[in-house]
Amino acid sequence: MSRLVPFFGFLLLVALFGFGIWWNTRHDQREVPSPLINKPAPAYALPKLDDPAQTVTREAMLGKPYLINVFASWCVACGEEHPVLMSEGQRIGVPLVGYNYKDEPDEAKAWLERHGNPYGLVIADREGRTAIDFGVYGAPETFLVDAKGVIRYKRIGPLTPAVIERELKPAIAALRKEAP
Amino acid sequence: MNAVFRRVLFALALALCCGALNAQAIDPLPFKDHAEETRFQQLTRELRCLVCQNENLADSNADLARDLRHQVFDLMRQGKSDAQIKQYLVDRYSDFVLYDPPVQGSTLLLWFGPLAILLAGAAVVVVTVRRRSRAQAPASNRNANDSSPNDEGDDW
Repeated sequence: MSRLVPFFGFLLLVALFGFGIWWNTRHDQREVPSPLINKPAPAYALPKLDDPAQTVTREAMLGKPYLINVFASWCVACGEEHPVLMSEGQRIGVPLVGYNYKDEPDEAKAWLERHGNPYGLVIADREGRTAIDFGVYGAPETFLVDAKGVIRYKRIGPLTPAVIERELKPAIAALRKEAP
Repeated sequence: MNAVFRRVLFALALALCCGALNAQAIDPLPFKDHAEETRFQQLTRELRCLVCQNENLADSNADLARDLRHQVFDLMRQGKSDAQIKQYLVDRYSDFVLYDPPVQGSTLLLWFGPLAILLAGAAVVVVTVRRRSRAQAPASNRNANDSSPNDEGDDW
């Protein structure tokens, strides 16, 4: 019997390593869960991309749920995500706010012109200071903010049709249930 | 296949963005004295860059790391303590920004797991050695009596 002990030890190690490999392929290791979920969105006051004289604040956006989508013209993955926003944006059911992150306004505008503009409103954070308050660490990122200004869901990385179906739509449906 | 290719590309991009530039000087900040600089270096070494996740803020050349260094610097200038600055970043980026994870319920296994495994291994060794010596003592007695060459005890 005790002859088998090393063998069982070996099996245990195999299982442990196997689990490690499985676990690491199953989730995006770069993804850092945001501590801001179910916390009020940070206060922000950011200029509109197309009209910098106008400022959009967190307070002004209260009352209706909306999506904040962090994007930049220099961000490759945003280009991958963009067609999805173009096709699904209208069907998601909440306004889509573009958050232009550390970008040149002219380049951002040209980018939106070239690829289409799925956003009802685009705010610009050139320095990326407000983005730190949002815990942004890589575009694209998407936040679902509810009517009370609380962040309810965050997606790190591109939105895909699968992610929208599996994660975003249920999160939006949950908001609807709360506030009829 | 496509996914694999994308991963490789991504790894390459990471290597380029984080690794290649590493030798260059980090952007200079207007420290007022050496003590402040030392404190800043110490603090940013304990914080993780979220873009290049195996680098600390002090060493990383990622754009975000630079922004966060400036933020840390500003907070220092505002008179915030190291703990407050760390909390500021933890509030936004979770415990992940800390290079040393805090000791708490969810990290007990991480902190003390290796020690537990070491102790378990030591226990196995102790038990085995004792059992062997106990098995050997009567065996050698018997050997002296009837000199039978083989018997149990050498189970391993």
